This record gives sequence, structure tokens and C-alpha cells, in this order.
Amino acid sequence: MRHILIIAGRELSAYFATPVATVFIVIFLVLQGTLTFNLGNFFSRGQADLNPFFSFLPWVFLLLVPAITMRLWAEERRLGTIELLLTLPITQTQAVIGKFIAAWAFCAIALALTFPIVLTVRYLGDPDMGVIGSGYIGALLIAGAFLSVGSAMSALTRNQVIAFVLGVTVCFVFAAASYPLVNDFLNRNTPVMAEVARRFAVVDRYQDFTRGIISLRDLVFFTTFIGFWLFLTTVLVDQRKAD
Amino acid sequence: MSDPGPTNNNGAPLIEIEGLTKRFGAFTAVDNVSFTVSRGEVVGFLGPNGAGKSTTMRMLAGFMIPTAGVARILGHDVQTDGVAARRVLGFLPEGAPTYGEMSVTGFLRFCARIRGYRGQELHERVSHGIGLTRLESVRLQPVETLSKGFKRRVGLAQALLHDPPVLVLDEPTDGLDPNQKHEVRELIKQMRPEKAIIISTHILEEVDAVCTRAIVIASGRVVVDATPAALCEMHPSGKLDDVFRQLTLEEAA
Repeated sequence: MRHILIIAGRELSAYFATPVATVFIVIFLVLQGTLTFNLGNFFSRGQADLNPFFSFLPWVFLLLVPAITMRLWAEERRLGTIELLLTLPITQTQAVIGKFIAAWAFCAIALALTFPIVLTVRYLGDPDMGVIGSGYIGALLIAGAFLSVGSAMSALTRNQVIAFVLGVTVCFVFAAASYPLVNDFLNRNTPVMAEVARRFAVVDRYQDFTRGIISLRDLVFFTTFIGFWLFLTTVLVDQRKAD
Repeated sequence: MSDPGPTNNNGAPLIEIEGLTKRFGAFTAVDNVSFTVSRGEVVGFLGPNGAGKSTTMRMLAGFMIPTAGVARILGHDVQTDGVAARRVLGFLPEGAPTYGEMSVTGFLRFCARIRGYRGQELHERVSHGIGLTRLESVRLQPVETLSKGFKRRVGLAQALLHDPPVLVLDEPTDGLDPNQKHEVRELIKQMRPEKAIIISTHILEEVDAVCTRAIVIASGRVVVDATPAALCEMHPSGKLDDVFRQLTLEEAA
């Protein structure tokens, strides 16, 4: 556990040592703010909740999370530092989890900086803070799900652009799985796949949280989902580290 | 955490390599390499580019998975008991990769913390590494702003700070100026009595200067394993350059 935290700490400070962190956070906040206030009709809806904010969040994450994870392993391999990291007395699992936690903590920081929106809605009305709280938990979980996918994609290649494109694509498949467009198509052609797609629809699970429902099923789903992709990352790192 | 593991300094080799083989598809990079290194030995690993030196060292460090064969450090199999093996190993990878955005001290502190040091001891270990490799003047600079020679020394400091009984250094003097080369060689000579050291190099004079044994590898196979003096006698001219050319060109032909 100590090793995981040391790795996570180093990785997190690396985000802030470069302009990556600032650029990411600024773009995330601007994008999220614009979508909430303009497209989401935050004011004219006349409701004291954060529904517009939370409904756009998965799609902003879909675009931005792979941008965080693309460098996770691809850059280590390109620069050769992976050889240094993995010849230190740590296990590969520790390295994979440490890096994931750093990226997750970074997302949490970005998410925490959206607090002015919460303050705004509290100033304007009397929102249900429980629902907002569970929405944020859901947001953190969906970020974690996308991060774990992105980390596996980054372990797949030493090219960051490829890692990014693959990350967005695979995350999109899981994000769009519950949408009528995809579901109707699958229902017509392969009903079995439609059932599978509904079970793996991360956005559906996330929407439960934004309605204020924290169910054990959803928590188990996200834990398993993240666990699976991190396990895959470990396998991929092990197999491809020395290529 | 500086526990050296089972101490076997009564002559048992610290590094054991048995039948190590690495194939990439149809290409055999390392072919059935076996040797041992005991405490007090400095083995110079010689060979032309692409002969399999770095591949062998990577497998010894547990970074690359061998196709066949076993490597052990202080009796720990680097594949099945990797963490224990890497704890007693100081490894300088080829090209001395480091995290460029970190400061020299920051980077060495990271490595020392991973190796289990904390508090006062952490501070001492980092200072020890910095002192050995003469990095005092650049300790607060980001690694990426340093010259090639300094970067190499940062990599070296990382490999030395925990005072490991086994050192595997891939081209430790590459990119250093003649004075720095001399310093690194002196450092290796100083450490020689307590450690088992493998260095790979292209510089043949280095073998004469620091090594107690030379292993020449060509096309993935060990062609000579002898003392530098014995190596010199293998060619009528008595020059290492000629011996090297004779051995490695023969093999390629």
C-alpha cells in the first residue's frame, strides 16, 4: 500500500509539474460551465438542482479522461522510464494501481473545482444536497471507469495519440450502449447483444446516482468494471513492457 | 528494507545465470548464456551493438521475460521472486532513463522512498547517492535541463543509493567526458571488494582499467569468458582491440 501511494504521489506531482494539469482543469471547467449554463438552460429551467450539470458530465469526461490516461503507460515506454520503474522493488500491480489512483485523484481535484456551481444553486434555491452528493459520487465512479479503460489502452501502445483515440472509442462504446440509437439497432439485429449492452451501460448506472440512488448493485458494477480493466492493464504492461 | 537477504558471502556467487535465452520471433537475441559472478568481481560485458548485452541485462534485472533459462540474484529467482531480487539490485538501464520533470533530489528521494527508506535515513541515502556521483551542484535542477553526463550520473546515483550488493550497469560511462569516466571507474574500483558488478561497455580500455573478468558476447552467445590479461593473449598483437575484432567478426562470418 505504501508503494502504491509513493507511486501515486510521484505521478500526481508530475501532472502539476507540466502545463497538462492547468490546461486540463481550465478546459474541463470552461466546457462543463458552458454546457451547463447555455445548453443546459440552467437558469431558465427554474429548478434548484444540478441535472444539467450532471447530464453533460459523462460526455465531457469521455473526451477529456482519455487525454489524462493517454500518457500513463505510453509515455513511460517511449521514454524508457518504464524500465526504471519496473526494476524498482515493486510489483507491476502496485505500479498499475498507483498510476490509476494518481489519475483518479487528479479527476477528483478537477471535479472538486466545480464547487461554484453548487454554491450558485444553493444561493438561488433550496436544492436536495443528498442528490447532489450522490451525483458527485457517481461522477467520480464514471471517471474511474473511463480512466481504467484509458489506462489499458495506454498500456497497449507507445504512441499517445493512438492511446487517446482508442481510449475515446472504447469509452464511447460503453457510454453509448444504453442509448436508444444503439439499443434499437442491436434489438433489431442481435437481441442478445442488446441485453449485454444494457448490462454494461456505464451511463445508465451513473444516472441512478444523479437521481440520488446509491445502490449496491451499481457500486459492485463500477468496482468490478474498474478492477477488470486494471487487471487487463497489468497483463498488457507485463506482456508489452519490453517491446 | 536494506536487508540483503540470505547472506552467502562464503564464496557462493551473487549472480547466477543459467541457460538464459531470449527469442523475438525467429530471431534469437540471447542464446543459452550461462555465467556466475561472485563478490569482488567486476565483469565487463563486451560485444558489438545488437549482440544481446542489453537484453541479457534486462532479463537479469527482471524487466524482460526470458524465453528459457533462469537468472538469480542472491539466490532469488528474478522471475518468481522478483521483488526480493530487485531489492538487492542496483540497475542502470540503457540510456539511463529518468523522470525529466523531477529535480535531481526529488527523483532520488522517490527511488529511496520506494526502497523503503524514510525520515533521516531517507535524507542520508539521497545525500550518499548525490555525493558518490558528484551531483551537489545540480541537486535542485530538473533532470531534463541537465547535460548528458549529468543525466547519466543521476541514473547511476539511483542505482547506488541503497548500497546494493549487486550492480548491473548498462554503459555507465557512455556520454561522460574523460574526467567523469575516470571518476566513475574509480568509483567502481572502490566498490569492487564488497559487490558483484556487471558493466557493459564499448570502451575496451575500460575493461583493462576496472574489470577482473571479461565476457565477450556475439550474436547472443558467449564467445569468451576470461580475465582481461588472458583475453589480450588471444591475439599475437596483445591488443584488446584486435582480440575484440577477431572474436566478434569471426562469429558474424
